[in-house]
Amino acid sequence: MNTDDPLEDFPDGIRADSMIDADNANDGLVESTDPDDAQGRGDNAIAVKEVEGLSQGQIVWRRFVRHKGAMIGMSVVLLIAIFAFSAMGFGPVEGWWQYQDPLRTHSMLNNGHPTLTMPVWLGGEGFALGDHPFGQDNIGTDYFAAVMAGIKTSLVVMVVLGITVLIVGVAIGALAGYYRNKVDLWLMRLTDLIIVLPTIVIGAVLGRLLAVAPDKFGWTYETTQAIYRNMPVLLAIVLGLILWPSMARLVRGDFMTLRTREFVDSARVAGASDWRIITKHILPNAMGVIIVNLSLIMSQSVVLETALSFLGFGITAPNISLGRLISDNQGAFQTRPWLFWWPGLFIILIALCVNFIGDGLRDAFDPRGKRLPSKKEMLKASIKSSPTNTELDEAVAELIEDETDAPAGTPAETTVPGPQNATTANDARDNTQEGVEDNG
Amino acid sequence: MVRYIIRRVLLAVGTLLVLSVIAHLMIDTAVDPLEDLRLSTNPNKELLIANRTAMLELDKPWIIRYWHWLSGFVTGDWGEAWVSHEPVTSLLGNAISVSFSLVIVATALALVLGCTIGIVSALRQYTGFDYSITFVSFVLYSLPVFWVAVLLKQFMAIGLNDFLGNPSVNWTVVIAVSVVFGLFWMGAIGGSTKRKGIVFGTAAVVTGGTLAGIIGSGWLDAPRLSIIGVAVIGLAGAFAVTLLTAGTGNRLALFSSLTTWGIGVALYYPLMSYFNAYAMSWSMSILLLLSAIGVACLVGFLFGGPDRAVSMRGASFVAAIMGILTWVDRLLQSYPAYYNNNLVHKRPIGTIGAMTPNLQSDYWIMTIDRFTHILLPTIALVLISFASYTRYQRGAMLEVMNQDYIRTARAKGLPERVVIMRHALRNALMPLAAVIPIDLTSLVGGAVMTETIFGWSGMGRLFITSLRQHEIDPLMSYIIIVGAFAIIMALLADFLYALLDPRIRVNA
Repeated sequence: MNTDDPLEDFPDGIRADSMIDADNANDGLVESTDPDDAQGRGDNAIAVKEVEGLSQGQIVWRRFVRHKGAMIGMSVVLLIAIFAFSAMGFGPVEGWWQYQDPLRTHSMLNNGHPTLTMPVWLGGEGFALGDHPFGQDNIGTDYFAAVMAGIKTSLVVMVVLGITVLIVGVAIGALAGYYRNKVDLWLMRLTDLIIVLPTIVIGAVLGRLLAVAPDKFGWTYETTQAIYRNMPVLLAIVLGLILWPSMARLVRGDFMTLRTREFVDSARVAGASDWRIITKHILPNAMGVIIVNLSLIMSQSVVLETALSFLGFGITAPNISLGRLISDNQGAFQTRPWLFWWPGLFIILIALCVNFIGDGLRDAFDPRGKRLPSKKEMLKASIKSSPTNTELDEAVAELIEDETDAPAGTPAETTVPGPQNATTANDARDNTQEGVEDNG
Repeated sequence: MVRYIIRRVLLAVGTLLVLSVIAHLMIDTAVDPLEDLRLSTNPNKELLIANRTAMLELDKPWIIRYWHWLSGFVTGDWGEAWVSHEPVTSLLGNAISVSFSLVIVATALALVLGCTIGIVSALRQYTGFDYSITFVSFVLYSLPVFWVAVLLKQFMAIGLNDFLGNPSVNWTVVIAVSVVFGLFWMGAIGGSTKRKGIVFGTAAVVTGGTLAGIIGSGWLDAPRLSIIGVAVIGLAGAFAVTLLTAGTGNRLALFSSLTTWGIGVALYYPLMSYFNAYAMSWSMSILLLLSAIGVACLVGFLFGGPDRAVSMRGASFVAAIMGILTWVDRLLQSYPAYYNNNLVHKRPIGTIGAMTPNLQSDYWIMTIDRFTHILLPTIALVLISFASYTRYQRGAMLEVMNQDYIRTARAKGLPERVVIMRHALRNALMPLAAVIPIDLTSLVGGAVMTETIFGWSGMGRLFITSLRQHEIDPLMSYIIIVGAFAIIMALLADFLYALLDPRIRVNA
C-alpha cells in the first residue's frame, strides 16, 4: 500500500496519533524505529507497535474484525445463507423444510395468513413456524419455500457475478495497466463502450436474449431445459460481463502506479517474467482496491438481479427470484401485504449487510485509517501519566467522561470532595483537552 | 484546446457508431418478433409468419437490417414501432421531455438535500448524528428502487389521499415526527448539553405545533401562505441567508437583504392582482424570478461598501426566496379548485402517468397537477440517489477540512462561519462538477424502473414496452439517445472540472 503520500493524512489518523504522542512522551515505553520520519516519533512508534510482527493480511484482518458494522453484516448474511440453503437444500442434498417444491399448491390455511408467531417477549404467543410461516400466495403455494428459493437465487447470483467480475475485471485492468500503450487504449475503449449505457438497460437486453434464444434458434429440448435450470448462474455470468468496467478501471489505476515502483524494477532485473511480476508482485498490492470494489459490486448485483426479474427480463419461471415474487404479488398488496414485505425485507437485508461488509473492508484496507482510541482508553492513558493514586483517578475519569461536554470546572469538584482529588481531576482534564485541541 | 475538443467529439461519434453496431446485433438477437405467431393456432399461421418476415426483413442477413437502420437513422428516418406502426420520432418527442423533467427534478432535490446533510455530517464527524446519517444512508443505498416505488404507490399514495380527504391529527405520528425533527436539529447544530437540550425542545415543539396547527385548523382544505406567511418566512430566510453568507455583523449586507425583503412584501398585492389578471406561463414565471434577482443585485450594489458582491449575493438569494414564496402562495390558492375538479375526484396525489388525462385548465392548476404527479416518482428516485450524494459529500468535506489552508484560515483568526462557508465549502463542492453529469446517466437507468411502475410514458417505459413487444427501432433510438447523453455528460464533466480546478490542464 502506498503510505508515503503526504496527502494521505486523515483527520482521525492525526487525532489519534497526536493524543498518544503525548502519552508516549511521558511513558517512553515505545521507541521510534525511524528517526527520520517526518511525521514525528510518536506517529511511527504507535503504528509500529500496533502492527508489530504481523503480515499485511493479518493487519487488515484485525482491522476488519474490529469493525462492528462489518461483523454484524457478515454474521447476518451468513445466517441468512445457512438458513436458506439448509431449508431448501443445495444440489442433491434435501433441505429440512417440509415443502421442497415452491410451485406446489396447498389448500388455503387461514386465508393465507402467515403462521409464523413471535416469541412471547415480542408480544406473540410463543415462537412457532407453523405450516406456512410466511403465508400463502393467491393460489396457495407455500410462500416460505418461495422466499427461501428466492434468497438462494439471489445469493448464487451474487457470488457467481462476483467471481465473473473478479476474473474479467482484474484481467482486463491488469493487462491495461501493466502493458499500457496500445493494449491500454483498446481495452479502455471497450470499457467506455460498456459504461455508456445504464447497466439495467444492457442487463434487460441480455436477460431477454437468454430467455428468447432457445425458442428462436430452435435448440434441443435438453439444451433448453439445461438453460432454464441454470438460469441464475447464466444470468449472473451475463451480468458479470457488463459490471466489470468499474473494477477494471480501478485495477488499471493501481497497476499504473505500482508498475513504476522499485520492487517491480528489481523483480524485472532479477529476471522475473511478466506473468510472475503481475501475479506475484503487483496483484497482492492491489488486493485492497479489488476486494473493496468487489463487495460494492456484489451488493449492487443483488438489487440489479431483483430489479431485472421484477421487470421480467431477469430470472424467469420456473425459477424463483425475490424480484419476481414482488412483481407477481404487487397486485395483492391490499389483501395480502406480507407477500410484498418478505421478499423486500430479504433483498434489503442482504444488500445492506454486504454494503456494511464493504464499508468494513474499505476501512480495513485504508492505510490512513488508524484506530482511534476510545474515550476511556485516552483517559486512562492520560491519567497513567500523572503520578497519583490510580483507583481514585479512574473514578474521577469516569466522572469526567460524563462531563466532557459541560463547561470546565463545575460538578466534578462538588461530587468528589477533597483538595487532592480536585487537582487530579483538573490534571486529567487538562491532559485530555490538550489531546483534543491538538486536533483543532 | 480546439484540437482537444475535436478529438473528443470524433471519439464520441466513433464510440456511438461502435455502440450502435453491438447494440443492434445484441437486440436483433434478443428480440423475437415471431414469438406470438409461433405459438398461435391460427390456420394461416405460415402466411402470417411469411408476411411479418418480409415486413421486418427477417430472412435477410443481420448486416442488411443494420445497414437499413443506420442509413435511415442518419437521414432522420428513425423507423417505426412495428406493432403500432407509430413512427419512432413521434413516440420519442414527448417521452424525452417527460423523462428529463423527472430526472432533473430528482437530481436537483437529491443534490441539495444530500449535499447539505453530507456537509453537516462531516462537520459533526464521530457524533451520534454522523453515525445515524451514515446508517440511514446505507439503508437507503440498499433499497431496491422498484420496491420503494411499489410501496409508495400502494401505501403512501392511498394513505395520503385518504388523509387529504379527511385530515385529522394523529398524535402518535405528530409526536414521532416532532421527536425525529428535534433529534435531527439537535445533532446538526450540536454544542453543549444545555444547548442541545434547548435546540431539541424548540425544534420538537415548533415541528409538533406547526403540524398540529396545519392539520387541525383545516389549513389543508384551503392552503395558503397569505402576505403574513410570505413576510414571516421571508424574514426568517433573509436573516438565515445573511447569517450564512456574510454574518449579521456585516450591516450593509443585512440591510440590503432586509430592503429586498421589504420590496418583496410590498410587491405581494400587485403581483397577486397581476397573476389573477393575466394568464401565466413558465417562461413568464422564470422571467419574473430573474427580474427579482436583478432588482436585488441593484439593491445590494446601491448599498455599496467595500464588498458589494457579498451584499448583492445575499440580496439575490432573498429575492429568489421571496419570489418563490409568492409564486407558491398563488399556486396554493388554486389548490381547492384543483382538488374539487371532476377529473381529480378529490384524490390529488397521482399514481399513474405524468398528468391527469384531459385536464384543461389555467397555468396554476396545470402546474399543481404536474407537481402532484411528479411527487411519488421523485421521492422514489431521491431516496436512492440522496444516499450516495450524502456519502460522497461527507467524504469530500472531510478531505477539505483537513487541508492546510483550513488550518491557516483558522490560525489567522477567521470566524468558523467564514472558514466553512468560504474556504471549505467551495472546495468541497468542486468534485460535484465531475459527479453530477455521471450521476445523471445512472438516474436515467433508475428512471426505467420508476417510469414503468408509475406509468409515466417516458423514455424508460418506451424502452421496456418496446423490449417486451420485440420492436427494434425504438430500442435502437433509445440506446443511441441515452448513449449520446452519457457521452456528452462525461465530456461536460471533464470540461467543468478543468474549468473549476486550475490544477487540471486540458492537453491535446
